[in-house]
Amino acid sequence: MITAASDAVIGLAVAVPVVVVAGGVTWGVRLRRRGRHPEPGTGAPEETKAPPVARPAPTAEVAEVAEAPVEVAEAAEPATYRSRMGKARGLLSGYLGSVRSRTKIDASTWDDLEEALIRADVGVRATDALVDDLRTRVKAGEISGADALIDALKADLVTTLSATSGGLAVPGSDAASSGSDGSVNDADDGSTVDVWLFVGVNGVGKTTTVGKVASRLAAGGNRVLLAAADTFRAAAAEQLETWATRSDADIVRGSEGGDPSAVVFDAVQRAASKGHAVVLADTAGRLHNKVNLVEELKKIRRVADRPPGRVVEVLLVLDATTGQNGLAQAKVFTEAVDVTGVVLTKLDGTAKGGIVVAIQRELGLPVKLVGLGEGVGDLVDFDASAFVDALF
Amino acid sequence: MQPGAVGNSWFVRYPEEPMFDSLTDRFEGILSRLRSRGRLSPDDVDEVLREIRTALLEADVELGVVRGFTEAVRARTVGLELSQSLSPGQQVIKIVNEELTAILGGEALKISYASKPPTVVLLAGLQGSGKTTTAAKLARWFKQQGRNPLLVGADLQRPAAVEQLRVLGGQAGISVFSQPTDPVAVATAGLEEARRLGRDVLIVDTAGRLSIDEELMVEVRDIAGAVSPDYTFLVIDAMTGQDAVATAVAFHQTLDLDGVILTKLDGDARGGAALSVKEVVGRPIAFASTGEKLDDFDLFHPDRMSDRILGMGDVLSLIEQAERTFDDGVATKGAAAIMAGRFSLEDFLEQLQQVKKMGSVSGMLSMLPGVSKDLKQASSMVDDRQIGQVEAIIRSMTPAERNDPSVIDGSRRVRIANGSGTATSDVNALLKQFKEMRKMMKGFGKGGMGGAMGGLGGLFGRGQGMSPKAMADLASMGAGADGPAGFGELPGGPDALGAGNPFAGAGGSARRPAKSKGSKGGKKGKGGGRVTPKAR
Repeated sequence: MITAASDAVIGLAVAVPVVVVAGGVTWGVRLRRRGRHPEPGTGAPEETKAPPVARPAPTAEVAEVAEAPVEVAEAAEPATYRSRMGKARGLLSGYLGSVRSRTKIDASTWDDLEEALIRADVGVRATDALVDDLRTRVKAGEISGADALIDALKADLVTTLSATSGGLAVPGSDAASSGSDGSVNDADDGSTVDVWLFVGVNGVGKTTTVGKVASRLAAGGNRVLLAAADTFRAAAAEQLETWATRSDADIVRGSEGGDPSAVVFDAVQRAASKGHAVVLADTAGRLHNKVNLVEELKKIRRVADRPPGRVVEVLLVLDATTGQNGLAQAKVFTEAVDVTGVVLTKLDGTAKGGIVVAIQRELGLPVKLVGLGEGVGDLVDFDASAFVDALF
Repeated sequence: MQPGAVGNSWFVRYPEEPMFDSLTDRFEGILSRLRSRGRLSPDDVDEVLREIRTALLEADVELGVVRGFTEAVRARTVGLELSQSLSPGQQVIKIVNEELTAILGGEALKISYASKPPTVVLLAGLQGSGKTTTAAKLARWFKQQGRNPLLVGADLQRPAAVEQLRVLGGQAGISVFSQPTDPVAVATAGLEEARRLGRDVLIVDTAGRLSIDEELMVEVRDIAGAVSPDYTFLVIDAMTGQDAVATAVAFHQTLDLDGVILTKLDGDARGGAALSVKEVVGRPIAFASTGEKLDDFDLFHPDRMSDRILGMGDVLSLIEQAERTFDDGVATKGAAAIMAGRFSLEDFLEQLQQVKKMGSVSGMLSMLPGVSKDLKQASSMVDDRQIGQVEAIIRSMTPAERNDPSVIDGSRRVRIANGSGTATSDVNALLKQFKEMRKMMKGFGKGGMGGAMGGLGGLFGRGQGMSPKAMADLASMGAGADGPAGFGELPGGPDALGAGNPFAGAGGSARRPAKSKGSKGGKKGKGGGRVTPKAR
């Protein structure tokens, strides 16, 4: 109550000057607007009443086509990766093809290179850094010829993207033997439950990713429990339940609008008593600039990390169509819940997902998984050179 | 606190965070530097254009669109005859503003209804762009326009998509039609159902699809063929990067779009996709979705968006709102009290009523340029209930106490707390904050509005309030963008403004901080150059 009241006062202390400012400008704008026709019905005070059921679901998750034949991801990977990424290649290889066809490096070579990177959503800053570095090396005589230039760029990109390793903490693997805080797991005897959290903004494909990861882990012989901690979006739990059935995993659900932390807590308890190796927790999509929702996510993580639970992966699910905002998302989520890796979804479209270069450069956050299609087997391990190769 | 609790009054379109925030910041940074120069050389133009290019690219505006934009600005800027009344910076701002508005595209879309109902609206888009939610929001919007819509769930691919639509439809009070057949059949049956029920608007939600997935693109075209929509909208995520154009073009080729619906504008994405799509497809952004609540949805207003990009915030919206709801008498009295440095709790209470009428505090702040994020965040914690609590506390005071809070001693505090159903610490907090606020308001008299806002920043101990310069810039921009003269150059100067404008006390001093500084608070409106609302 105390804080509530003083917060209110703070707000009001702000409000009154604001109103006065507004009034001050009113006069000017009246002048400005003279002769302009008014906008129809803008900002009209609407009779607004929040719907009784929490917040309405902001967006849809990735669609899933009917059961695709479950391929063994590893075996099919190289072909899948190339062929699927191939669809998206046209544009970029166009620019770089023209670069390669020239032997000399001139101004338009640099322009083309820059354009290719920017169009792939790598971002201005990362592009400038990459290109400037190449320029220096060309000047120093380390690189000569357009072909060598492109190869050098690719090598740089692969180096950037491999800067931090991207191994998943699959139960029984090396990565799983240490917690997200780096603590060594001294008891892999079933007394702890590994928890993977899936986080991200609305509509990136978290629920679908959880479903696909569940299938993958289950196929590897792990007992998987899904936690439907997206208690906000309408029918999110139903969607996850479909996935649970498909991947032969168990699921813990809460009530719609309920406390997501409670769902995760229940899931960890259930997993501990029933002997599940890993809990995959789906969370509600949330924009990273919504302070309250980010706080909610922090709480989910804290609860999940309470013994016997142990958070071993916090995967940021990122839509490949996302532009420069992806970096802001990665920053905020990493600060809030210590993200361990990125899952780049929807890479089978025309979008390139180049923002992961900026994310790796600035945050050292590795891409761990890549979504190349709607089938269960289309979520594959990230391969930096394949990614870069397919990009160009 | 539930997010829904914040800003649930009129101001639902721009909750918590403003649109295009970062792009606004960028332009502010670039252009304020420009404004400080006396002359514009070709090098200046190049530098500004480079900065604008970077800003637009970082805002995810498509590269080709950025090029076209910067070239258009360059063509109009280089060799431009410098105007007598505008600074070079103002001239560039004006050009940039005009070009931005030109791209974002004239008027807001006006929906006309089919002469033979129902008016059919088809929604298409990539996966995760927010079609299902948008369908429900759009239906609610139509309902608010006095229509009687029916929702059709033709997304039979994503597990539980129809279920989601049903839940949302339930929240919006709109019935949902679907059947587990195939999407084209569902759409057709939905149309018949709408006719049978006499619904005048039909909204068809389709499955998300990749533009390169030919099979699904054919399917959505078949749906369109079956229901012959009056409006086909592409739903696109404001966070989309360079790919937005490829997507929009592909959908446009398949469906002949009528417009675009921009979603997730409540994020901090700069939303350059809006510019790109509009420019490349040539169809208007019809609606914008700005929050998770069903009501966070409205027609898209391009001119406001470009003002916002230019660092004007959505000042226009705020001002219109202020004009509509603010009681001139109360405002005059309040402004006078502030200027005279005798702002009492009674005045505060009156202003409070006005502010409440205008909507949420955070909403108002978010519309103003140059207000720091921290400040906005602090204010987003305020909701109407808390305002009510403050009101209760003040109402529990005697008139004497309201006029001079310094008389409130310990026992009076206890009485006030009991009377208002709060704790003594709440009363203390209020009194303390009020004291701070009064101190700050004295700043209006001393450093002009700018100084006061600076003090505001200090009050919160983090971030920066609006600098005096930013305020002055804001004021000069208001005139610079459209009129030949700045405020200060109007015949009669700011004093003339003061005569007609109840707010001119603060506003006028912001424009002329140097002069008002000399007037030492302008007590009782007698300071030299001080602008005081004249008695009416």
